[in-house]
Amino acid sequence: MTTTPEAVRKAELHAYVDGQLDAARSREVADYLAGHPEAAGRVDAYRRQKQALRALLDPVLDEALPRGLKAPRPTRRLVHAVWASAAAVLLVAGCVLGWQLRGMAPDDATPGTAVAQQAAVAHAVFTPQRRHPVEVKADEEAHLVSWLSKVIGAPLRAPHLSDLGYALVGGRLLSAPEGPAAQFMYENAKSRRITLYVVRNPRWHGKAEFRFAERDGVSVFYWIEGTLGYALTAEMARSELFHVAQAVHSQLGP
Amino acid sequence: MPDARHLIVDQIPHLRRYARALVGDRAQADDLVQDCLERAWSRMHLWTVGTNIRAWLFTILHNLHLNAARKRRNAPGLVSLEANGGEPPVRPTQEDGLEVLGTWQAFSSLPEPQRAAILLITVEEMSYQEAAAVLGIPVGTLMSRLHRGRERLRMLIRDSGGDRMEGGA
Repeated sequence: MTTTPEAVRKAELHAYVDGQLDAARSREVADYLAGHPEAAGRVDAYRRQKQALRALLDPVLDEALPRGLKAPRPTRRLVHAVWASAAAVLLVAGCVLGWQLRGMAPDDATPGTAVAQQAAVAHAVFTPQRRHPVEVKADEEAHLVSWLSKVIGAPLRAPHLSDLGYALVGGRLLSAPEGPAAQFMYENAKSRRITLYVVRNPRWHGKAEFRFAERDGVSVFYWIEGTLGYALTAEMARSELFHVAQAVHSQLGP
Repeated sequence: MPDARHLIVDQIPHLRRYARALVGDRAQADDLVQDCLERAWSRMHLWTVGTNIRAWLFTILHNLHLNAARKRRNAPGLVSLEANGGEPPVRPTQEDGLEVLGTWQAFSSLPEPQRAAILLITVEEMSYQEAAAVLGIPVGTLMSRLHRGRERLRMLIRDSGGDRMEGGA
């Protein structure tokens, strides 16, 4: 390379190939290349590298999305339904943002219904995860609770369900139409999992009153207390989950 | 929010392409994309509307990939991903020819930081600033990786006889 002001630095050869020079400089580089075969050879080689990689990789763009980017556990029908379609992952995103859980039969259409739907979907997505069921594990419970309380803007508590045989696995932060939401996950010795979903809406002023919804064996008890909406979700019978819901409520109540 | 959803949908094929090229194995690449989408979804409230969602998603994907690679390194007995890097990520067509395959083999032998830089710039066609942000490095470092990667590729392809440059230097 020369030391004249017009000298083309090696970075500019890349920027030339990548179309990241302005038009004027790009013309200057083109002129320079006409008189510098070594640099022109590099530019040509870089371009052919790019063409070869694109030839090999671009077909990925046209591939149909796989049936569920990760195979769901076959026994969980709700999960299966969610993951089955090609755009599964996005449906999941859509779910929490307002997709209706068809067939879910809420007692009525209170604000809690939406909370129950969000909770059921979040439950279906995260309880089958073996490696990463939660973001923060129970061994950091104090941190988990203070973190989620801070983000959600209300003091939360992770109820203790050890009397019922369920230990806290941990929790994660989720996104709901109302804003951030929290999910606490519990597990018993048989690896059955229960989730407690909490979301806050400053416009709510509820008094805890259990409501129930069910679909495909997934049961949800949900209620609104103050500005917080709760939903307790598990694959278990209504009566069984009701005991858990009572325990949760008695610990969270004012 | 619905806008964000559509923006994410649009990026899925691109995330898959990048992951496939980075990881090599199709199933592992798709696992990585799924992890990325789950994380993006659970943190969508942290994404600021109007900012670059592509860079955000690629950053999440890349960090998940680094974490996974770190874990694999710490798990002795597992085959490293580079071991199957010689196989192209998609079935090459007849027209692709030897140069394409040769480029892929040479590309697979590059250190991963150089591969990531080349992929983001040449395949995803990101600006240097955007790619540097995704990789969490200064633009100068990105340029240096890009340069070293492309030069190494050029040498490897030339030495393997794949260079058909007309009127060569």
